[in-house]
Amino acid sequence: MVWTGLTALLSHWRMRPVQLAMLLLGLSLATALWSAVQAINGEARASYDRAAAILGQDRLAQLVREDGARIDQQVFVRLRRAGWLVSPVIEGEMRFGDVRLRVLGIDPLTLPPQAQQVDIAAGDQLLPFITAPGVLYAAPETAARLTEQATPPVRVAEGLPPGTVLTDIGQAQVLLGAKDKISRLLLWPDQPIGRAPLKLIAPGLTLREPSETGDLARLTDSFHLNLTAFGFLAFAVGLFIVHSAIGLAFEQRRPVFRTLRALGLPARVLVLLLIAELLIFALLAGLVGVALGYIVASALLPDVAATLRGLYGADVPGTLSIRPAVWAAGLAIAVIGTLVAAAQSLWRLWHLPLLAAAQPRAWARASERALRAQGVAAMVLLLTAAGIAQFGSGLEAGFALLAALLLGAALALPLVLTGILHLGGRLARGPLAEWFWADTRQQLPGLSFALMALLLALAANVGVSTMVSSFRLTFIGWLDQRLSSELYVTARTEAEATAIHDWLAQRSDAVLPIWSIEGRVAGQPAAIYGVADHATYRDNWPILSAVPEVWDRIATGEGALINEQLARRQGLGLGDQITLPGGWRASIVGVYADYGNPIGQVIIGIDTLVQHYPDVSRLRYAIRIAPGKAEALARGLRAEFGLPAQNVIDQAGIKVFSLKVFERTFNVTAALNVLTLGVAGLAMFASLMTLSGMRLPQLAPVWAMGLTRRHLAWLELSRGLLLAALTMLAAVPVGIALAFVLLAVVNVEAFGWRLPMHLFPGDWARLAALALLAAGLAAAVPAWRLARLSPSDLLKVFAHER
Amino acid sequence: MLLRLHQIDKFYSTGEGPLHVLHGIDLSLEAGKSLALTGESGSGKSTLLHLVAGLDSPDAGEIHLGGTNIVGLNDTALAALRRGTVGLVFQQFNLIPSLDVAANLAFQARLAGRPDPAWLKVLAERLGLAKVLTRYPEQLSSGQQQRVAIGRTLAARPRLVLADEPTGNLDEATGDAVLDLILSLVTETGAALLMVTHSNRLANRLNAHVHLQAGRLV
Repeated sequence: MVWTGLTALLSHWRMRPVQLAMLLLGLSLATALWSAVQAINGEARASYDRAAAILGQDRLAQLVREDGARIDQQVFVRLRRAGWLVSPVIEGEMRFGDVRLRVLGIDPLTLPPQAQQVDIAAGDQLLPFITAPGVLYAAPETAARLTEQATPPVRVAEGLPPGTVLTDIGQAQVLLGAKDKISRLLLWPDQPIGRAPLKLIAPGLTLREPSETGDLARLTDSFHLNLTAFGFLAFAVGLFIVHSAIGLAFEQRRPVFRTLRALGLPARVLVLLLIAELLIFALLAGLVGVALGYIVASALLPDVAATLRGLYGADVPGTLSIRPAVWAAGLAIAVIGTLVAAAQSLWRLWHLPLLAAAQPRAWARASERALRAQGVAAMVLLLTAAGIAQFGSGLEAGFALLAALLLGAALALPLVLTGILHLGGRLARGPLAEWFWADTRQQLPGLSFALMALLLALAANVGVSTMVSSFRLTFIGWLDQRLSSELYVTARTEAEATAIHDWLAQRSDAVLPIWSIEGRVAGQPAAIYGVADHATYRDNWPILSAVPEVWDRIATGEGALINEQLARRQGLGLGDQITLPGGWRASIVGVYADYGNPIGQVIIGIDTLVQHYPDVSRLRYAIRIAPGKAEALARGLRAEFGLPAQNVIDQAGIKVFSLKVFERTFNVTAALNVLTLGVAGLAMFASLMTLSGMRLPQLAPVWAMGLTRRHLAWLELSRGLLLAALTMLAAVPVGIALAFVLLAVVNVEAFGWRLPMHLFPGDWARLAALALLAAGLAAAVPAWRLARLSPSDLLKVFAHER
Repeated sequence: MLLRLHQIDKFYSTGEGPLHVLHGIDLSLEAGKSLALTGESGSGKSTLLHLVAGLDSPDAGEIHLGGTNIVGLNDTALAALRRGTVGLVFQQFNLIPSLDVAANLAFQARLAGRPDPAWLKVLAERLGLAKVLTRYPEQLSSGQQQRVAIGRTLAARPRLVLADEPTGNLDEATGDAVLDLILSLVTETGAALLMVTHSNRLANRLNAHVHLQAGRLV
């Protein structure tokens, strides 16, 4: 009985291969986009875990300075003498040619076994490691990037995170220009009893417990949450196709259900058979979807990796590994998604009288009831969104707001369209126009899910492109303010830096130091910069809020400027006091925009910086000169000091580079947007193709009454275009609301900066054209088939045997 | 002569080769007259009706309607013919589900550019539809739906009414009543009626009666 029933049910799909293909394609694409995001996130997280686990940080406690500043090497000596089993580590960023890397210096003789990343003691490797010029150990992909650069000898070591080189602490101190300095001390797990207390020997140090999550994982959380949200949006759009295809298939098969029930198949068995059928499809499409997801992820990962490197300094390999968890999650989401998409149809099948005939108006009227319920749900969701906007806080609340807003808008769409179509019908003159509007309204239940998918995709497109374009506009303006100096030079040694400074003093309008130290401010990693008292800053710096005479107060060392993200994250404002590395305090006299920087930043006067941090690295300078003379000066600088090209960069070069990083940051978002729009276009196509088969009984009488097939086909095409155009119109306000939430809530929570919103109607017009093109293409195939339909096929509608 | 068919042949292609559905049919019908076309299932009755309506074209022969040979007319001309000259009543009613009864009734007349509210009112009264004008087709009984279909056809005042088993889906009493209405309204409008039916009883109520057997008039 079960097999016979299943055969009868499956035979439906044999008769409708296109509908089956659309169902499977919708589910595959939905799973693919979701899996792609999961694969990317999985790869990145695995990389962060490797970084977090380096030198046993996830298992060993460490001693660090509370303010994050470097520790004198003497402290290490004192601790060892007092019986503490500790091992020094220094780390920092440095540039080898055009490759920027994290340098990790260790002492192989005192390193705890748990922190052994590379077997340096094996064979004759120890001596070259600890003696000049030293050895750099690096992961294969990092080693490959270093082949063209002038570095100490490089050896490949598996297991090191990408973008990191491991070397002896002495070599690292030289490379990083931090003589006799260390960053932290690793504690052996077993310490001698009775050793002198830490407070006594090293009062500035504090114990940091082992942590499984590194700073990178925390910093990049918001980025991955953004990706996940987009993956979920794409998945939801795909599910609309699945829901639509399943709903139509259930409606088409109602006579079969009736017959099967009449022949003695219990309702429960029928529902179970349908679930079995859906599970077969879900697993099949899930497998294809995850495989497709890997292809999409492979294509997107290089850009994601570049973004993470540019934005967070996080190195993620550009290649994917196959993770069983991603396959399992992909199949699970496909199955869950299918069952969610089919739930309504299964519920209706369970409850609706099976003897009810499959009539379009009956279906439409049943949908009218559903429409009312949908309207209530939409209202509740939109009110929830308003409530979260008013009272919610945090990134999760931001995404909950987005979800409620988008879902509420999508659910409200059929209601809005019904209203517009009613109005259109009232205003229509002539029988054809009246029929067109009424018939379009009747088609709405069959198309509503595809249109909701289209609305989501279009709104996401409008919202995200508004956000990105607003960001770009603000970012470009900000770059112009921030990069006001004509040239930027980086010396290789402090002696060279002094010589360069003296040389430039005669040949430029101003030489402005760009000196900074790293540390912790208000518990967050931060950089502290010193600035000269110069008009460059007074005239250009992108200040958001400040006390009067702010630059005078900076110059006299009375206060500090902080970046917007530090202010927002820590709730700091003008007049508040902050404790800076070294324990001294400064009053906040201004807050400035600092887009694209994940960490906090503090600006103080250059004299104050040197006074508090005499060991600050003094290698970089900004040069002011008439723009026309900049190129000649750069050439002269390179020639005079033999500086590599990348050590003297002009303003335009930095801007180009910054904009490139910016564009790459949003490449992934743009790609997901386009893919989501593609999925929505497919949803339209799938629905229109499926509906076209069901439309003949409604179209044939109109044809018989004197309309040509071509005329009908044009009307069908116009119907698709009209619905797409109306959906686009509805998508614009939803997209603007989405952009507002992204700019005013999500960005602030995720990155710590708030951007002004700019509107770009030209972009909307382009998107509308694209949507109409997609809808036109989706409607063209069924319309073309109608135009080419032979009269005998139309006549079958009138045949008695039907 | 309003309608004249001359040596009409029609083939359908099937998996087993071409099927000869109509063999050299000759037929004529004057304005104001009614003609019943009977025959077994598959004898070609509906095919013949569809050819006359310009819904399909014959493989040989001529169909003269109001003096014009409609065979070979293009799609647009055939569509114009269906709008303005002929009116079709189907067994399945084939109303437009998205329009209410009033809009369905007026649809073809408006499509033909001959809207006549006074005549529509008369038709609605005569057909007993005056109280259901705002309902949708699915909310009507079969008899009511068929009366709407008849009203829709006659509202346009076609010169030739083609009815394909118009009472086939109705019980005998309703069917008789519907046929009475068709005949009286056709007479009043001066149109000709060509009706396909299985029933000899109903066929005998028309002015003339021809029988099709295996695609030939007998």
